Amino acid sequence: MVTLNDYLIVSGLLFAIGFAGVLLRRNLIAIFMALELMLNAANLSLIGFSRFNVRNGLPDYNAQILVFFIVTVAAAEVAVGLAIIVALYRARHTTHVEDLNSLKF
Amino acid sequence: MNDSAPWIILFSPLIAAALITVVTQPFRKASSYLSVAAVAISFLASLTVFAGPNQEASINWIDLGVFQVRLGYLIDELSKMMLLVVTGVGLLIHIYSIGYMKDERGRSRYFAALSLFMFSMLGIVLANNFIMMFIFWELVGVSSYILISHWFTRASAADAGNKAFIVNRLGDFGFMIGILMVWSASGTVMFEELGPKWSTLGLNPIYINAAAIFIFCGAVGKSAQFPLHVWLPDAMEGPTPVSALIHAATMVAAGVFMLARVFFLFEPAPVALSVVLWIGLITSLLAALMATQQDDIKRILAYSTLSQLGLMVAAVGLGVPEAALLHLFTHAFFKALLFLGAGSVIISLHHEQNIWQMGGLQRKMPVTFWTFLIGALALAGCPPLAGFWSKDGIVASAFDHNIAAALVIELASFFTAYYMARLFVVAFLGAHRSDAASHAQESPPVMTIPLVLLAIPAAIIGFPALSTFFLQVPEREGVPMLAILASLVVFLAGSFLGFTLYREKSKDPILIPLFANRFYIDQFYSALVKWTQDLFAQIAGFVDRWVIDGGIVRGLGGVTWSCGFALRFLQIGNLQAYAFLFGLGVVLLLYLILFAS
Repeated sequence: MVTLNDYLIVSGLLFAIGFAGVLLRRNLIAIFMALELMLNAANLSLIGFSRFNVRNGLPDYNAQILVFFIVTVAAAEVAVGLAIIVALYRARHTTHVEDLNSLKF
Repeated sequence: MNDSAPWIILFSPLIAAALITVVTQPFRKASSYLSVAAVAISFLASLTVFAGPNQEASINWIDLGVFQVRLGYLIDELSKMMLLVVTGVGLLIHIYSIGYMKDERGRSRYFAALSLFMFSMLGIVLANNFIMMFIFWELVGVSSYILISHWFTRASAADAGNKAFIVNRLGDFGFMIGILMVWSASGTVMFEELGPKWSTLGLNPIYINAAAIFIFCGAVGKSAQFPLHVWLPDAMEGPTPVSALIHAATMVAAGVFMLARVFFLFEPAPVALSVVLWIGLITSLLAALMATQQDDIKRILAYSTLSQLGLMVAAVGLGVPEAALLHLFTHAFFKALLFLGAGSVIISLHHEQNIWQMGGLQRKMPVTFWTFLIGALALAGCPPLAGFWSKDGIVASAFDHNIAAALVIELASFFTAYYMARLFVVAFLGAHRSDAASHAQESPPVMTIPLVLLAIPAAIIGFPALSTFFLQVPEREGVPMLAILASLVVFLAGSFLGFTLYREKSKDPILIPLFANRFYIDQFYSALVKWTQDLFAQIAGFVDRWVIDGGIVRGLGGVTWSCGFALRFLQIGNLQAYAFLFGLGVVLLLYLILFAS
């Protein structure tokens, strides 16, 4: 029997992996992918909550609608984010975060 | 008809002033006739009011429960007499102004201001409550300011206007406090209600005296009493008809009129009355002494106005406001006459005001000469001219009540006769002392006719048979022989001394710098003002430099800068370090929210 806790544990693991990727990867595109992983971890937990919040034999569809929204917004965000990365690469000829450190004291 | 006549009196000069300002500004002749017509209407309406009954009418203006003001007029013996003086003398001076201001470019402005002044002055006379009186009191100050600085391109005239206005404000401030004290104690500002109510309120005597003294402050400013007398001599920078109308006959009399109007406030206040008495006496004597050493014809007359006003105020202080009013009444005529005569001389000598540049005018300007002589004798108190009777009333009550006051008054009268003799002998008799004087010509009829018309009342109005027609003075028992004798001796001695000392002289044989410099009061005031101003400037400079600049401006800037400097070290430029710190923050917040509470 798969319980809500199992879903949440997987979701938390995915989120932790994503966060670790954001912190540890040096390539901007990889960091970006890790960010997407974090978003989908959140989606997974929402689906889990929806599935286990049953009223009158039906799951709570509000959460699922929210997930669709998140997926849509993430797609838009990917478009913008990738465009920024391309622009940055054209300007600086690198996508490594150690080299992008001019904004400091 | 009689109900609306006071409103006609009040508003016809205002309408004229508005019309002149808005419509006839470019047409100087039309402006002057409009202004004269307005005063003539007021004068005629005043005559009907004078013949009519005493009455009061008002409209509700402010009604706030505890604070109620009904604007309106109060017609009684006092305001009837004052209306006649203001509009009658005003009418003659308006006519005279047509001649005097003939060559002026700012004639429309002058006549508009003159009409505005008439409106304000009539408002004071008609007012039936303190608030209305105060409003018109201030309006009089404004129009006086405009008229004094009529020749505003001359720095001294502009300064004199400022000085008059500012000094008056000092007195008006006290007046306002006095009005507020009266209102807060009695709950009304209407004269008719206040009169019977005031003495029955059972107030603290200190409060009653203080309120009366504060009210008196208004009169000190407007009637130019010591120590606020300094503005009046400087006000002679204005055109001479203005000096005659405002600074001799009417406006400066407003203070005395106000004291008589609210005399019920002073009756239960003996301390205030003696303050009034001694302020009046000091003014009277100081001004007479200052007048003995002046060389400017208008300034001599200005100081004599001060001296006579002091006499009136002293009469109020003696508890006989009727005597003060009688003197106000006669003084308005002969002082206006003297100023207009002086103006006639000044114009024909091409704006020469120094009496030592005049002389030998009796043949050149006969009308001016004789009318001026009548005015001078009336002022000096020569029987049976007007000044003798009214001054005698004051002297007689002084002998009854207070011998010291009587002596001071007689001393001031002695100097009055002396300086008038000096002025007359030097300015009119003897040989010509300048080219202008030898080419002098009599003024046109538009100027000499008002002189003659003023000389008649100046000569005869004092007779008790005539003056009681205008003003009810309580009958005295017996003839005050002592007072009459003393006045006569003083008049003869003073004028004889002045006459013999100054006959055929071409420069002043007596030099008393203390009197010529007006007891250095002006210098003292300038030094005082300068000193306080410097002190305040230094304090303000210190606050600005050290508190505002140093503390607030530089302090704020410094704190912001140092915070910014400290926070700069957090900006290390590593994206992932930021992300790590951000995650750490989220974890910390989650821990605090979920577990720490």
